[in-house]
Amino acid sequence: MTKDDIKKLVTEIIADIAPDEDLSGLKPDVRLRDQLQLDSMDFLDIVMELRKRHGIEVPEADYMQLASLDSCANYLEPKFAAKG
Amino acid sequence: MNLSRIVITGVGLTAPNGNSLPEFRQALLTGKSGVEWFETRHMGKVLAGVCKFETTRYQTRKELRVGTRAGSVSIYCAREALQDAGVAWEAADKSRTGIYIGITEHGNVETENEIHNLSTFGNDTKYWSHYHNPRTVANNPAGEASLNLGVTGPAYTIGAACAAGNIGIIHAAQMLRLGEVDFALAGGISESIRSFGIFAAFKSQGALAHHVDPTKASRPFDKARNGIVVSEGGCLYAMERLETALARGAKIYGEIAGYAINSDASDYVLPNPVRQAECIRLAIKHAGMTPDQIDILNAHATSTPLGDIQECQAIASAFEGYQLPHVNNTKGFIGHAMGAAGSIELAGNLPSFDDRVVHPTINVDDLDSQCALPTLVLNRPLAVKRVDAILNNSFGMLGINSALIVKRYAA
Repeated sequence: MTKDDIKKLVTEIIADIAPDEDLSGLKPDVRLRDQLQLDSMDFLDIVMELRKRHGIEVPEADYMQLASLDSCANYLEPKFAAKG
Repeated sequence: MNLSRIVITGVGLTAPNGNSLPEFRQALLTGKSGVEWFETRHMGKVLAGVCKFETTRYQTRKELRVGTRAGSVSIYCAREALQDAGVAWEAADKSRTGIYIGITEHGNVETENEIHNLSTFGNDTKYWSHYHNPRTVANNPAGEASLNLGVTGPAYTIGAACAAGNIGIIHAAQMLRLGEVDFALAGGISESIRSFGIFAAFKSQGALAHHVDPTKASRPFDKARNGIVVSEGGCLYAMERLETALARGAKIYGEIAGYAINSDASDYVLPNPVRQAECIRLAIKHAGMTPDQIDILNAHATSTPLGDIQECQAIASAFEGYQLPHVNNTKGFIGHAMGAAGSIELAGNLPSFDDRVVHPTINVDDLDSQCALPTLVLNRPLAVKRVDAILNNSFGMLGINSALIVKRYAA
């Protein structure tokens, strides 16, 4: 899975978590929290949906890796690759 | 004791047959039912009263996703009541506002949903939602309303089974009289139809209504009644002390005249007509009235074979020696809205102060002789000369009884 694929997949999750938000102009290098109304429970939602939909585990110590779409892609790419 | 006079100045409701007081009242006068077939987990189609209010009128889609149906019903009713009351909400002192919401239960829906979700992931608890606790705490419906409205005064629920709708209103009156708050949003709500457990339990108890025609299933006082139709809904009232209402020129729907709450202390589920009659008498005494001053009595009448008979016995006993009031009921139209029942049913009768028409209890094709109170208003509305006081019965499991009297406001 490419980094662009991962960004798309994370964006799909965010669209479900924050259905009122316009995600069309989301900047991949800017913190999600600086662009969207997301709180700590929403980030737990992202973690949960990665687990449910893709079998990906994000340990609590790594939550900060989900700050932006770019950091999500960098962090998640090896995890998706390891899944094969 | 010189108690403050407490008045109702706004009504916000959603019922299976109407999403505002005018819509609901019109439905009650024209015989419009709100009962339909409803798909329920594990049980397939059941009969239920389903509300169709506009959920996004006062909530974002994200709030709806995170919150509960009970929270959503509460927010809708609270906002509608505020609007109806004409309160300048932005400028209002939100620390002096109380939210008191009666509930039959809360958390069953959300817990069932989580258990179902968990079962699709091999019952591995790491898939259990982090929203489970805020969704299932007993104060959830009131807490969601406080978040939505920015109310920083007391906001909590009152668990009182199916007497809860009345008791939310009674509690608000008490808090206003104590000076704890200056303004209250109070009543009852229910999301119970989203839980299969309530249907399954009533079925196991032999108390779940069945009928080929959903609109005929809930039929209090009719010989062919066979149980409860479970409904969702809510009704919250804007309530305040009379002087506050007068100072801001508010429309006054009615004045809290008196009330009573007591307990059967006799059975988990079976009603106790002796205690019900006692509760009605206590409420009339508390109001400083005599039984003949009550013009309309809304019966709790859930459409169960035994319960309706026992309530009729209680009413006959409480009014012995006096002219019976006109007796009606909304459950034939909408089923049993559980924690919302008391407050919704009161709303159904409030417009009678203005139009002097008593809405009927419907679906009585063959009146049960054991329920044949001579003043039952059957199947068609009845125009009457006087409506100055309404008594609202609401009873619940574990033997909790409530009777609330609202009278026409007179200066």
